Amino acid sequence: MDATLSGTQAARSLATAHKPTGRVSDPIFVGLLWGCGIFVLLLLGLIIAMLFEGGLPALREFGISFLWSTAWNPVTERFGAGVMVFGTLFSAIIAVIVALPLSFGIAFFLTEIAPGPFRRPVGVAIQLLAAVPSIIYGMWGFFIVVPLIATYVQPPLIEWLGPIPLIGALFQGPPLGAGMLTAGLILALMILPFITAMFVEVLESVPPMLKESAYGVGATTYEVYRNVSVPYGRTAMVGAIMLGLGRALGETMAVTFVIGNATRMSASLFAPGATIASTIANEFPEASIGSLKLQALLQLGFILFVISFIVLALSRLLVRSRLKG
Amino acid sequence: MASLARRRATDYAVKAISTGFAALSLVFLAWILWTLLSRGLPALGPHVFTKITAPPGAGGGLLNAIVGSLIQIGVALVIGTPIGLMCGTFLSENGRGTHVGNAVRFVNDVLLSAPSILIGLFVYQLLVVPFGGFSGWAGSIALAILVIPVVVRTTEDMLNLVPIGLREAAFALGAPQWKVVTFVTWRAARAGIVTGILLALARAAGETAPLLFTSLGNNGWSISLNAPMASLPIAIYQYAASPFEDWVALAWAGALIITVGVLTLNILSRLVLAKMK
Repeated sequence: MDATLSGTQAARSLATAHKPTGRVSDPIFVGLLWGCGIFVLLLLGLIIAMLFEGGLPALREFGISFLWSTAWNPVTERFGAGVMVFGTLFSAIIAVIVALPLSFGIAFFLTEIAPGPFRRPVGVAIQLLAAVPSIIYGMWGFFIVVPLIATYVQPPLIEWLGPIPLIGALFQGPPLGAGMLTAGLILALMILPFITAMFVEVLESVPPMLKESAYGVGATTYEVYRNVSVPYGRTAMVGAIMLGLGRALGETMAVTFVIGNATRMSASLFAPGATIASTIANEFPEASIGSLKLQALLQLGFILFVISFIVLALSRLLVRSRLKG
Repeated sequence: MASLARRRATDYAVKAISTGFAALSLVFLAWILWTLLSRGLPALGPHVFTKITAPPGAGGGLLNAIVGSLIQIGVALVIGTPIGLMCGTFLSENGRGTHVGNAVRFVNDVLLSAPSILIGLFVYQLLVVPFGGFSGWAGSIALAILVIPVVVRTTEDMLNLVPIGLREAAFALGAPQWKVVTFVTWRAARAGIVTGILLALARAAGETAPLLFTSLGNNGWSISLNAPMASLPIAIYQYAASPFEDWVALAWAGALIITVGVLTLNILSRLVLAKMK
């Protein structure tokens, strides 16, 4: 990969060839290092295994249709993951759609427009958005954003866009404030710093020569950004978007506060809904050990893990392949 | 191709919009902080730190929640830091270019972004169900699992910055690997490793979801790790969703405390990192 690697290997082989002091202590130390490495590997396996095993009875009871069944009735003990899987994907996709243009713009600002002294402070301030705990977004969303959306955003949208055929379905229902749209907007703000940070990292790795040649033939700053920098980092930038998506899928506390927690399916942006994570957080206290409901919740957890794992793994493959290349 | 004037106008417009987007995200940060200050500061008083949680109207504080959080975060760091440090060292020193190393790095990246509520469910299955109850231990271990990937990532990154010559010099003197790592590599990367631990601390301090099913929360005074234990995020969650005004005020005070703590830690660690690079 680079000089450091061969350096370490050379130093290590030298050390092993000599068998210097530490004939006893070294194997112990190296064993510890390997042990901790393997431990992290096993940890992930154990998490997957335990969530699967815990939810297995629910899967046996309801069969594979648990995955898409929209039933969720604790009284009759009929459970299905359909509504929550839909809500999880719907809210996360809204979040990515909103965060994406913002991230492109902010990354452009941070890499090309901002004057030198502004770059770091603005970059750090945007990163602080990622540090604010999830529950704080939840409270802010619940007490501040939800009333604002219910009063100023939803009524006009329902009135203007509601009657239009097809897209009108997105704008139906009473203006409750809490719902898919609000959850998606807050999630967008939460994943924005992650996507932006990776965009900036990728854009800064674009060889200056490429950009300078484009400037040399008379391209404007925006044209260079659009036609040189972004295409150069395309793969890794898709990876960054997947990372944002992965984060949005599993976000719990903020969503629980603002999504309305209704286990009904609706295509409307304004309808209250539920995500897998919010359902687990909400309904867990009412599920007793060994109950079918608890098993259904654990099975939901397993499904969320599988979805996040696929998205995060894809993200990582895309990002690493680019940065290595 | 469009005319020059038009291309210039597009360029100008995109620049203006991008600057606007950056300003917008700063406005949101300021808005969140302003909300916390305007609602949290009036609710903040000595009672928050001296009294334990009480029924609505009884003038309670958050002392047990603050202490519970500190204990669980402390235990999580004591458990998670050594494992994370050793694993990060493994990745940087022994695992480079090997299949095991790549696999560990991959898994660690997934754990870093995995939904934290699932870590809570996992620890519930692992510890709460078999040992018959919610406990401070379960909460601490759930937080430790969140601490590990942060420490692993920063440790590996920081150790990779240590010049290879330093290691070679130590090896040339006949030092065994454990001495080279502990006395040379770790020492050279000390500031960066500590930064990683601070970032992990900041992450653990704000997490609510993994504590819901592990340490559960406790409205009385308890510092036993074997019993359900209160924590600041859980107290905030419980109080913010309540209909009682004094509870909601306490939730804002708690939210202000957590956010100020977490943001301070983040800014501090970024300053250290900026100095190192």
